[in-house]
Amino acid sequence: MSQWDSVAKIAEDVQAGKVSASELVERALKTIEEKQEYKAIIATTAGRARERAKEIDEKIAKGENAGRLAGVPFIAKDNFLTFGAETTAASNILKGFNAPYQATAVEKLETAGAINVAKANLDAFAHGSSTENSDFFTTLNPHKKEHVPGGSSGGSAAAVILDMAPFALGTDTGGSIRLPAAFTGAVGLKPTYGLVSRSGVVAMASSTDVIGPITRTVEDAALVLDVMSGKDDLDGTSIERDSVSYTDVDTSLSGKKIGVIKEYMGEGLDAGVKEKIDQAIEKLKSAGAEITEVSLPSLPLALAVYYILCPAEVSSNLSRYDGQRYGYSHPDAKTLDESYELSREVGFGAEAKRRIMIGTYVLSSGYYDAYYRKAQSVRTKIIQDFEKAFEQVDFLVGPTAPMTAFKIGENIDDPLQMYLVDIMTVAVNLSGIPAISVPCGEIEGLPVGLQLMAPQKHDRALLGLAKGYEEITQ
Amino acid sequence: MSGLTREDVLKLARLSRLRLSDEEIEKYQAELSDLIEYVEQLKNVDTDDVEPTNQVTGLKNVWREDEIIDYGFTPDDLLKNAPATEGQLLKVKRMLQ
Repeated sequence: MSQWDSVAKIAEDVQAGKVSASELVERALKTIEEKQEYKAIIATTAGRARERAKEIDEKIAKGENAGRLAGVPFIAKDNFLTFGAETTAASNILKGFNAPYQATAVEKLETAGAINVAKANLDAFAHGSSTENSDFFTTLNPHKKEHVPGGSSGGSAAAVILDMAPFALGTDTGGSIRLPAAFTGAVGLKPTYGLVSRSGVVAMASSTDVIGPITRTVEDAALVLDVMSGKDDLDGTSIERDSVSYTDVDTSLSGKKIGVIKEYMGEGLDAGVKEKIDQAIEKLKSAGAEITEVSLPSLPLALAVYYILCPAEVSSNLSRYDGQRYGYSHPDAKTLDESYELSREVGFGAEAKRRIMIGTYVLSSGYYDAYYRKAQSVRTKIIQDFEKAFEQVDFLVGPTAPMTAFKIGENIDDPLQMYLVDIMTVAVNLSGIPAISVPCGEIEGLPVGLQLMAPQKHDRALLGLAKGYEEITQ
Repeated sequence: MSGLTREDVLKLARLSRLRLSDEEIEKYQAELSDLIEYVEQLKNVDTDDVEPTNQVTGLKNVWREDEIIDYGFTPDDLLKNAPATEGQLLKVKRMLQ
């Protein structure tokens, strides 16, 4: 049992004076302290969090409304620019960076009364599926310490399952919210591309980066999305949100048309995971959903597309870390050019270097058409597959990952094997559609995630389906 | 083309402004070759009848007024993170030896 009520209930109790924001912040900080051994957290924002809690408590004492998330503590992945602690993206090159402004998503949550209490670990610059690429340390899986929590938002997912806060924020470029949610037994929502402003979040691959919540329940995810979403002048790719609240959902499963993705249920899928997914689908069927199998023949190409487009965008986005304007600067450089090379050599970890070089390669003159343009074209075919599938069904379903959390160190020497962990999540990012991972059982003590997907901008319907599933399984 | 040469890796490192150790050059030569070989499976996919996708939600040329917005911080706040400054300028190393 969690020590936290639902996000909505906590805010209600704070507003009603049943519990103070200060007590909640202390509870979160105490739990973070007690569970340090899991290495989910890079830094707390204790000083600022306590001040904000005091302000909220004073507001309530004066009879003012403190907001929909009054006093609710949360944890931000450390690629969100926040006050109160450094923003490092778990990278050596950004160590010591103090953000001059906060991410729009964080600002929106704080305006609604939520309190950021800590910054969570990640694979440096969100490059990875395990947190092992963090330049600082690897986060441990809350269920089995010798296993990874998934990545890249592994610190955020572990923090939620370790009960450090009622919710955490993650980013998902190729699966980085859904995968750690699946590996730790959390709920992880990847909204439609553009639904949440990315202003103030360290950019990775801008054509697929999204922000989303990691929570214990679908209801909490819906509420956090409802507060964070919407068009923002500071992010030109942001889109209009639904006029109706994302918490106002239809949870009935009867008559819902759900397609099981054939390409995700065959070769490469762990037999135990398949069994859990089959059981989950059976439950949806028993509750009245119409289940059919659908084929999206281009999906097996998604990972190759992703590992051209993502490094290409990464190589461009990481060019700003040059040792001159902010971040690490090598002290021994004699010339500007040497300063670039030495600062980047020391400041970037192995995975960032790998992606920068692959990206530089596929964008090189003479190779651009063969790799980048080709990948953008295959991306269109994947989008068309989803569009065709959504003509037949309302939702798609499959596993979030082909396996449960692997052991720390198991894939670290084989980058391609590590990339294959994302094989069932990346297609969603390439198409911009929303998807959610919800827990659907455990194998030998390690959680399995069920992945549900909907057409672009159908986030509310997706949350309804996920909540409906949660209701029949609890 | 798969299988990068040592020279290819050195050229990529130079273009990316990364100075690599000998050990790293060897490691990346093998790893990058593997990754490029993997993504080359796309070469056999027929894409004659499709346009490349650059933006997934259909947005085009999002404009805003060219005006100064108050973000609540000063130039000095921004320069606090800079490795070296002089007045309100960033100070960098000499460009020529």
